[in-house]
Amino acid sequence: MSATASAPLLAATGLSKLFGGVVALDKLDLQVLPNQILGLIGPNGSGKTTFFNVVTGIYPVSEGRVAFDGADITNLTAQAVYRAGISRTFQRSRLSLALSIFDNIMIGNHKRLDQGLWFNLARRDIFRRQFEESFEEARELVQVFDAPLADRMFEAIGGFPMIDRRRIEICRALISRPKLLLLDEPSAGMTHEETTELMDDILEVKERFEGLTIVIIEHEMGVIERITDRCVVLNFGQKICEGTYREVARDRLVQEAYLGIE
Amino acid sequence: MARAKDSRSLAWTIGTAFAIVLYVILLLGVESQIEIAGLLAAGIAAVVAAARFGVATELERALGERDGLLNGLVVGGTLVVTAFFHNDSFVLLLVATVIIYVIACLGLNLQFGYSGVLNFAGAAFFGIGCYTSAMMTLHTAVPHLLIVIAGGAMAALIGSILILPVLRTYSHYSAVITIAFGLLFKIFLEVNDALGGPQGLRVKGMNVLGWKFNSNIDVAGVEVSFYVNYIVLGLVLLALAFTFVRRVERSWIGLNLDAVRLDETAAACFGLNITRWKITAFTLGNFLIGVSGAVFAMMLGFIAPTNFTFGDSLILVSIVLLGGIGNPWGLVVATAILIVVPEKLQAIQEYRFLLFAAMVILILLFRPEGLLPRALRTYIPGWRSK
Repeated sequence: MSATASAPLLAATGLSKLFGGVVALDKLDLQVLPNQILGLIGPNGSGKTTFFNVVTGIYPVSEGRVAFDGADITNLTAQAVYRAGISRTFQRSRLSLALSIFDNIMIGNHKRLDQGLWFNLARRDIFRRQFEESFEEARELVQVFDAPLADRMFEAIGGFPMIDRRRIEICRALISRPKLLLLDEPSAGMTHEETTELMDDILEVKERFEGLTIVIIEHEMGVIERITDRCVVLNFGQKICEGTYREVARDRLVQEAYLGIE
Repeated sequence: MARAKDSRSLAWTIGTAFAIVLYVILLLGVESQIEIAGLLAAGIAAVVAAARFGVATELERALGERDGLLNGLVVGGTLVVTAFFHNDSFVLLLVATVIIYVIACLGLNLQFGYSGVLNFAGAAFFGIGCYTSAMMTLHTAVPHLLIVIAGGAMAALIGSILILPVLRTYSHYSAVITIAFGLLFKIFLEVNDALGGPQGLRVKGMNVLGWKFNSNIDVAGVEVSFYVNYIVLGLVLLALAFTFVRRVERSWIGLNLDAVRLDETAAACFGLNITRWKITAFTLGNFLIGVSGAVFAMMLGFIAPTNFTFGDSLILVSIVLLGGIGNPWGLVVATAILIVVPEKLQAIQEYRFLLFAAMVILILLFRPEGLLPRALRTYIPGWRSK
């Protein structure tokens, strides 16, 4: 197959994560191929979000390795993982509600902004240029998701509905041009129509940002069927199945895990 | 159309500025307790009415886009008040104290208001500035303006040691560490004879190139209180500190500090070095507090450990809470209220802590964001996207 011919962008080998006696990830081998959208599915508590948290450096690894883009990123700090080119959204939105849309997106742009004291405090003329460029870039990105939202960049995000918050959270993750985007249940708390709209936007973004790879955790199977190239099913921290959505959906183990069929 | 609106707002602003200056002069000038209480009540009523009838919106419109106007009005107003009371040392001491406290609170605002690092040892860092200035004026020949900077540097330096345990603990615990440090500092002063012990130390007045700050001035036959010197110096330092804090807020650094305060996990996931930004805010903040302490000591001419108690630290924190966390202008208003009201209203002098406590509780209950809540960040005032 052509897919297996290219080297994986992200590869976890024998990855385990224990919380006391609870095994959240159990010797997981998982590969994410470049340019694809990988769906990560499984019942609640099967280790999907833990996988994201371990990869992005929020939790230390108990055992095993993670490689990204040819380099070992096992147990790197969250900062270093972001700098390497992985960014994410969170299951429960972690936007700063008191800050404006623009502020929130710029938090995601940290590595591309000049963070020096002297630059920020004394060189206001160059700062202004960087600010204007960043603003244009952020506005263009928001426009992909929702044009009216792009005219309200300096309003507090706390005043916007859930769908807009999701959009901005994804924009925050995308503004730094990551190689890999991890989406943790982007459809949570949204209606069916809103979800469809958001997925269209995600596909459009993928078109625009050449070479963007996405891993998406989702419970809505319609979403998974429509946008993923490949799926991995987790149960009790183990990979129980892998393949296209159709292949996975037919699998007996997957049906058992989801429906409890004996 | 927009222009007419604009000039109307401007007229309101100038008018309000006059009214406030007049009010402040009245408040500082009258002596009778009943008159003072009446004036305070009238002031509160006027503020409520102004908010009710849209004057506040006019002011916001006029001042939102014009930073310089507000700065100019406040400095100008302070100078008018100073000129009016040119020989009234009691009033001028109050004005100078307010100015110096605002500088200290700007520092606290960087720490607590932006990066969320609680500092309940504000008075201790203020004290470090004071004692640095005392020791250096007494025992060295370092130019006094440099001593002011040294006071700030010393506070920043000692703060950078305290930050280590603060960083290793979470919110409440780190607050307790700063409280402990504040208590320790006071005891350290009391037992240390080289620093004057419990009796305290004399401090030499500021002397810049032969200009003696602690002598009254004679301007064309009119005697002017020496506190005017400190008001002028204080205003210059305040302008610098204010610009500095504003620039911090209106830059990526201000954004980083907010991000660290609001959600450390999310901030770390976007590459922010939490430690770096907390240290930055803590150190810069302590520097400002130390600078203000150094000037304050020179102005008073005498300092003792009892000036730097936990209670004094609490006053600094309550100013930040009362004014509006993160809003430098709120600090100006809150400092003026918390310093001037107890001094003028002698009747409540003994109950001043009761007053502070009551005010903080009321504010937290009914206006949790403070008297002047912080606005969203504008990176470049007056900037519009094309």
